Amino acid sequence: MSAHSHAHDDHHGDGASHGTFKSYLIGFILSVILTAIPFWLVMDGVLDSKVATALWIMGLGVVQIVVHMIYFLHMNTKSEGGWNMLALIFTIVIVAIAIAGSLWVMYHLNTNMMPQMDHEMIKSFG
Amino acid sequence: MTMANNTASQTETPVFYLKEEHHPETGTMLGFWIYLMSDCLIFAILFATHGVLGRNYAAGPSPADLFDLELVAINTSMLLFSSITYGFAMLQMEKGKIAGTQLWLAITGLFGIAFVGLELYEFHHLWSIGATPMRSGFLSAFYTLVATHGLHVTFGIIWLVTLMVQVSQRGLIPENKRRLMCLSMFWHFLDVVWIGVFSVVYLLGVLG
Repeated sequence: MSAHSHAHDDHHGDGASHGTFKSYLIGFILSVILTAIPFWLVMDGVLDSKVATALWIMGLGVVQIVVHMIYFLHMNTKSEGGWNMLALIFTIVIVAIAIAGSLWVMYHLNTNMMPQMDHEMIKSFG
Repeated sequence: MTMANNTASQTETPVFYLKEEHHPETGTMLGFWIYLMSDCLIFAILFATHGVLGRNYAAGPSPADLFDLELVAINTSMLLFSSITYGFAMLQMEKGKIAGTQLWLAITGLFGIAFVGLELYEFHHLWSIGATPMRSGFLSAFYTLVATHGLHVTFGIIWLVTLMVQVSQRGLIPENKRRLMCLSMFWHFLDVVWIGVFSVVYLLGVLG
């Protein structure tokens, strides 16, 4: 048993899992669908609400990223003894802080620097 | 009974450690993954920059004026096709078929070249109508983000050609397999970044 698993590992060369023809095909078909829908939503103006369209684009984008992670990058909780997943989670946290933090700070900065605010302040002082 | 179990586990253990020593490439894959994660941070900062500056048109053109979504859709499909063809190259590699691996790698490279070519065509078009990075904050952020991704793909193509030469000279030796698996992660990772680019920069941009 141990000799068998050893030979098996030698053949594959590392601890990461690999895809099969079927898994690549499933990933590809899902990606095509998940890419086509947001393009269709924007190019044909399917939804009246811009906010709803934007939410659909972001949501489908996140789903597609997960699909790519699983079917193309073969992410799972076991590869490399879980260190792959840990590094990924750490990165997601940093990315979320960097992007959400930048948008948050700069939005407030812009709001507080609005010209009409200066105008109102001038009026109130004037 | 407990003694017997202990002895059994003690005889099993050395085999386990021996197996670990035989696989130094495991460290390479994890190390490469951590490199990709650091690359991910570069893109995250460029996405954040685009998020902050993406609406600062400086009375210049907006995404709806500039972007041709049909071209972007074709470009996206090039990258998607290249992802699955690289997957097929990996499947051929696992079967030990050199010719099949080389064929699918070559097809992947052609899709990659088509992607970079279309992107350069788009940049050239934008540049020719005055939409240069100097025009507005939005365009600076746009060019930095999209061109950084394009540069990654370009280097991926150079790497791919290099590996094709390596495989033709030395065959599918363990070192080449390891290199091909690193490039596989790199290539699929770039496709993941592109999902963010077409969603945020192009689609949300044109949406306004």
